[in-house]
Amino acid sequence: MNTIILSAIFGVVMMFSGIFIHNRSAYKNISSAALLLLLVFNIFESQGSSLFNINTTNFLHFNKFGLLFNSICIFSTLIYVMLSGREIEKAGNNTAEAHALIFFVLCGIGIVTSYTNLLMLFIGIEILSIPLYILTGSDKKNLKGNEAALKYFLMGSFSTGIMLMGIAMLYGSGGTFMLENVVKNGIVSYLSALGMVLIFIALCFKVSAAPFHFWTPDVYDGAPAVITSFMATVVKVAGFAAFIRLIEGRLGSMGSQTDRLIAIVIILTLAFGNLTAVFQQSVKRMLAYSSIAQAGFMLFSLFAVNDAAKEGLLLYAAAYSLATIGIFAVLAKMDDMTLEGFNGLSKSQPLIAALLAIFLLSLAGIPLTAGFFAKFYMLSAVVKTGKYLGLVIIGVLFAAVSAYYYFKVIQAMYFKDGNVVLAPVTARFKYLLLFVAALIVVLGVYPNALLSFLYF
Amino acid sequence: MIPVLLIVIPLVTGLISFFLKEERSAKAFALLSSVATLAVSLISLFQSGDSLSTDASWLPMLGSRFSVSLDGMGKILTLLTAVSFPIIFAATYNNKYKSPNAFYGFMLLTQAGLMGVFCAMDLFLFYFFWELALIPAYFLCSKWGGEKRIPVTFKFFVYTFLGSLLMLVGILFVYFKTPDHSFAISSLYNLALTYGEESFIFWLFFIAFAIKMPVFPFHTWQPDTYEQAPTAVTMVLSGIMVKMGVFAVIRWLLPMFPGASERMADIVMILAVTGMIYASLIAIRQDDMKRLVAYSSIAHIGLMAASMFTGSASGIQGVIFQMFAHGINIIGLWIVIDVIEQQLGTRKFSELGGLAQKAPVLAIMFVIMSFANIALPLTNSFVGEFLMFNSVFNYSIVLGAVACISIILAAVYTLWMVQKVFYGEVANEDRVVLNVPINTQLMLAVLVAVVLFFGIYPQPMINLTSETVTKIIAQIK
Repeated sequence: MNTIILSAIFGVVMMFSGIFIHNRSAYKNISSAALLLLLVFNIFESQGSSLFNINTTNFLHFNKFGLLFNSICIFSTLIYVMLSGREIEKAGNNTAEAHALIFFVLCGIGIVTSYTNLLMLFIGIEILSIPLYILTGSDKKNLKGNEAALKYFLMGSFSTGIMLMGIAMLYGSGGTFMLENVVKNGIVSYLSALGMVLIFIALCFKVSAAPFHFWTPDVYDGAPAVITSFMATVVKVAGFAAFIRLIEGRLGSMGSQTDRLIAIVIILTLAFGNLTAVFQQSVKRMLAYSSIAQAGFMLFSLFAVNDAAKEGLLLYAAAYSLATIGIFAVLAKMDDMTLEGFNGLSKSQPLIAALLAIFLLSLAGIPLTAGFFAKFYMLSAVVKTGKYLGLVIIGVLFAAVSAYYYFKVIQAMYFKDGNVVLAPVTARFKYLLLFVAALIVVLGVYPNALLSFLYF
Repeated sequence: MIPVLLIVIPLVTGLISFFLKEERSAKAFALLSSVATLAVSLISLFQSGDSLSTDASWLPMLGSRFSVSLDGMGKILTLLTAVSFPIIFAATYNNKYKSPNAFYGFMLLTQAGLMGVFCAMDLFLFYFFWELALIPAYFLCSKWGGEKRIPVTFKFFVYTFLGSLLMLVGILFVYFKTPDHSFAISSLYNLALTYGEESFIFWLFFIAFAIKMPVFPFHTWQPDTYEQAPTAVTMVLSGIMVKMGVFAVIRWLLPMFPGASERMADIVMILAVTGMIYASLIAIRQDDMKRLVAYSSIAHIGLMAASMFTGSASGIQGVIFQMFAHGINIIGLWIVIDVIEQQLGTRKFSELGGLAQKAPVLAIMFVIMSFANIALPLTNSFVGEFLMFNSVFNYSIVLGAVACISIILAAVYTLWMVQKVFYGEVANEDRVVLNVPINTQLMLAVLVAVVLFFGIYPQPMINLTSETVTKIIAQIK
């Protein structure tokens, strides 16, 4: 509850600060401070002390998993704002509003990680999405950005429509919006099955799972790099939090048909994301496709839906978000976002190159990084279910493919010569990046550092 | 405590090495670190009991423990690793590298990974070190290698990474099959798998190990990588790293899946023997010293792969013995090749000849190493190869007979190389100078001494192997 209410309040505060404070660089600091507060209060709540005592009439239910997920999202956003604050200023004219929108997105995240009622899911997803449509088009003079925003908005509206349709069908068959009652145990009517499939499709769209991913490359590529960074990380993993609650709540009771459906989506997503990422010349676009591929891996948690899967999803959310935010923070400072643009980075910026290498290794899932344990938990969750071992093998084959394109960036940085044009970086930026890389390595050696929060 | 030291010394010194500024200090530091590791490893030979194993909590939620221990085979391979690194560092002491601190840092990290692989008694920990050894090797080859290094090394990386990932699936599968959900070697040795499961999971592991060894047809990354990698790294790759695959088969694959190993033995052995003949024939046609030695290495590893799967005591004993011998011999060959390349700027047979007149000492050393490579009596390889051929013959006379052809072929290409490079007409009269640095000569002398010592008196090594062999054979039966 803390997160939902406070983030809404902070969002409004940020909007008003746009009127009273005209020093643009101050917004970043206000926003960081507010995020820090938000994080602290969210952690308080997971320890059992909520500021607000509101009767949600069981529409929302706050558990450790959801709250830890909030913490990861808020923390990632904090890192993101601190690393990329300057780029947010450059992305559009209304910096304060951009920060406010980020808070509203967090508010949506707070809802989708705790809903127990399909209406709340719908509201959460909308609160999450609408600020993103605006942020995508925040650089008003950029044609590509405008195109991306419009495309995103239209496709997003469609998927919302589909979701509403699904919810309506479930209501029609079950007479309730409560997740636990929409499908009566054992009795699956055609109407409720169709409703579930429609919601499933809508959420697949939100997390850009194939075959509903077509908007992703264009939108991620068209939006300013700094906004893409936020969309591809925090928002995407929040989508998975919503997804796993849905599957855990009801879809699971629908039997082997669901397994088959999810397995097909996983294979398609992995295949499309990885195989297309291989051929990209622009690192930004490559990351867009790789985010689809990573979504494919996160989908494993929906297939397994057990404790290992939930732990894995948390680790994955943290590992993937931190690494991607780190890469984008550097990318946003570069003029040339193609692979050639990275040539020889290790010579001019040895520290940044080394940290980028750690992020890329983590995304590729190499041991000693958080990404390895994230993938490991995911795979182990699926193996544990004892179903479809072939799916796991397909997963690791594509993980090997993904190493190919991540390593191309490392090759460019370390083994090729060239002149990198990088906007000046402050010492603070470097230290922060170092901190993020250190976190990734710590989680890569001792993942319990994060997961133990689930149990205390 | 000893296995922990063996891992931690190179790990910590490797990380420190990145921060050293001067070339001289980086070199000296790396040499010093490797000598310290060697000292610990030598002490381990005379130890038994508690000091050889450590067990600590690592990932309780996963059921994985930081469990390391040295048995006979572990001692031999950690000794090989510990001996090789100071020799490699000392023999190539005069080579120049750009950013030497990183070079030596990565080398030491590789050593830490290798040590971990040879000590790990927990399958998950084993996997961890298996990968830890790969990543620095990737950087070493890509940054300091030859002209075509980037694509070649990448092929090497993707091959081995793919293998590792398949193994990871296998690891997860057997993990959930253990009654107490643990990765401990003792639980995994008592797996109860169905016929189908065992046959399937066997291949997941085998492909990973076969790529690393490499066994035909998974070998295609190897000659290119050996050729392109800087010679010091080639020594590590061919001398020690390929042994990871052989070692892993004996430590994990055979005891975990005894039934499947027996059923699949025919297929594996046919692959291995095919690879031996195939690699030997290609070796004869090579014009590059590095490539020739690379192919000869495939042939030798093929023999090891074949005799491991005979499931006989003499076969496995021969393999363990030969792992050490082959490591020493091939490093010796590389050192000579490196001297020739550094001084004369070429490795091609067509541009070399008559070097014995200019460097008689080098020639003698190289001849002894070459004899060891073809396993003549009185060299260390003889004992191992004899045991291995014996076991293959007992398994199948046809396979044994075919495998024996490779002995003749090995003599053909190795002696041809000796003849062409060191004897015959002197090529390129203008480049007469061939100064073999004193440190290189010294290291070659050490290697020759080791070769002859274990060739004449193999008993200490045999004693070390017997412990592991008895255990494995008991497990397989």
